[in-house]
Amino acid sequence: MRNGAWIRNVTVAGGVVVLLFLPHLIPAYYTHLLILTFIYGLMAMSLDLLMGYTGLTSFGHAAYFGAAAYAVGILTTRYHVHFSVAMLGGLIVAFMMALIFGLMATRATEVYFLIITLALGMGVWGLAYRWVSVTGGDNGLPGIPPPDLGLPWSLSDPVNMYYFVLTFFTLACFFLSRFVHSPFGLSLRGIRESESRMRVLGYHTWLHKYTVFVIAGTFSGLGGVLYAFYNRFVSPADVHITASAEAVLMVILGGAGTLFGPVLGAGLVVFLRNLISAYTRRWLLILGVTYVLVVMYAPGGVIGAMKGTFSRLRAKMIPTPVPGGHPQKVKLQRENPDEEVLTR
Amino acid sequence: MEFWIVQALNGLSFGALLFLLASGLSLIFGLMRIVNISHGSYYLLGAYIGLSLVKATGNFLAAILGAVAVVGAIGVMMQRFFLARLYRQEQAQVLLTMGFAFMFADIALWLWGGDPQRIPTPGFVARSLAIGPVVFPAYRLLVIGVGMVVAVLLWLFQEKTRIGAMVRAAVDDQEMARGLGIDVNRIMTAMFLAGAALAAFGGVMGGPFLGVYPGLDFEVIPLAFAVVIIGGLGSLQGAVVGSLLVGLVDNFGKALFPEFSYFTLFIPMALVLAIWPTGLFGRR
Repeated sequence: MRNGAWIRNVTVAGGVVVLLFLPHLIPAYYTHLLILTFIYGLMAMSLDLLMGYTGLTSFGHAAYFGAAAYAVGILTTRYHVHFSVAMLGGLIVAFMMALIFGLMATRATEVYFLIITLALGMGVWGLAYRWVSVTGGDNGLPGIPPPDLGLPWSLSDPVNMYYFVLTFFTLACFFLSRFVHSPFGLSLRGIRESESRMRVLGYHTWLHKYTVFVIAGTFSGLGGVLYAFYNRFVSPADVHITASAEAVLMVILGGAGTLFGPVLGAGLVVFLRNLISAYTRRWLLILGVTYVLVVMYAPGGVIGAMKGTFSRLRAKMIPTPVPGGHPQKVKLQRENPDEEVLTR
Repeated sequence: MEFWIVQALNGLSFGALLFLLASGLSLIFGLMRIVNISHGSYYLLGAYIGLSLVKATGNFLAAILGAVAVVGAIGVMMQRFFLARLYRQEQAQVLLTMGFAFMFADIALWLWGGDPQRIPTPGFVARSLAIGPVVFPAYRLLVIGVGMVVAVLLWLFQEKTRIGAMVRAAVDDQEMARGLGIDVNRIMTAMFLAGAALAAFGGVMGGPFLGVYPGLDFEVIPLAFAVVIIGGLGSLQGAVVGSLLVGLVDNFGKALFPEFSYFTLFIPMALVLAIWPTGLFGRR
């Protein structure tokens, strides 16, 4: 175990060092895609808190991302506030929205949760699309200024923006990894496996679900804040169900229930979308086909598929234990743990 | 006063349309626990196919029959070849229907282009009726009538026919129904056919007054969801009540607060959810 933690720390530190030097080694276009990966990675990681860790699939996660981006857009272009105020404002809007929507969504379970979040998300889209006097309607909000740090280097340079985004991304990763490994994070996994058992154990499961819903919404909002500053333009497309569905795809593509998976998924989706847009305008079709293929053939995502291959390879290399030797670990899996509790 | 009557009638006609969409969604859910996100695509594809057929034949009835047949077949294929393979994996099924919704949206954009279009109103109802001081398009009254007829037919089918009884049995206890020799798989396919056909029918009926345009699929699906959230998934009465409520609220929202039009309808949804988390007529 100690050894594993040591290897992990070295890997993470190495990864951070590589990311620090990367924009000087790769073409500017890839720096652009990496910034987008970090931004969408924030949305995907926060969605994974709900999907992978708690077992609640939200189809409206772009709402918090978009609302925060809109808040930044409105605060900077109309009221010309300092960027830190705009950032805070964006986070507060996402937080408040999650507080209100969470009350409606977290009372429901599985499928109901999914369609309620979808409907609420599209409600926000309707607001962005029709509330023209505030949101600019279909034209969106152009001309959001990049943050002025008061330092000699300007954030209109993508490389500097890269470091700005990376800073928040790294901080969020650190916080989220502490969060999912905390006792509270573990209780969420317990709820995912069997909510009724957790309730019997004395956990206030609704409060846990509500709390993680609000945290997820706020972190999605952080992604939206950075997106507004980087993209300098917000439009209804950013809160559309397509954006929410892309976030879900990032999570399942990378592998739900890990923190790194959704970031990988975000990277794949960002690269795929940009690569494909060079050849064809049929992104939506390809998104749909990817969805179907992943669901049918790789439900565990890329990481899940790699783990599967890895463990199969390892099983081949290590000889099967002889009876009476080390007791083999037997993993018990039940299709539906709730059912058993109910029948006994 | 006239304003209120006209807007109420508008709301009712929109509600009737939503009923065609949401009843299928609700029944499919009741039987298979599948939340079909591509249901909005069935509506859109039905409208586009109807549009092409009206242009080709000039016959509205032919357009309805053609759209219903093609979209019904699409629904059956989706259920048979894809959803049936993911039996009881609810989340995977929803994701699959989402994937299909994107594919259908893009194919429709590819085939029919991005410009908003309108199905011409059939000749015999392409006029306005004056009832006292209120002048109202006859076509919208027809839509209200059609919605009522379909609701009554669905109810009669569910309550009074042998197949309807088999469906109810399968909804209540699938294993027991199988044990009694009911071919539940076939009933599932049939329900998918019916749901997709109803949505396509709604698409053609809505074409003359809502129009057809890219993005309509994802615009109507939250409305249909709002209907089933309010009414309760899997309940026919719920679909009736929910459709009327959503149709009226949406329409008055549009007329009174145009800037919040799409959002207003989420207020009754929130209120219902706060009191009855599984809807007015929901199970559990």
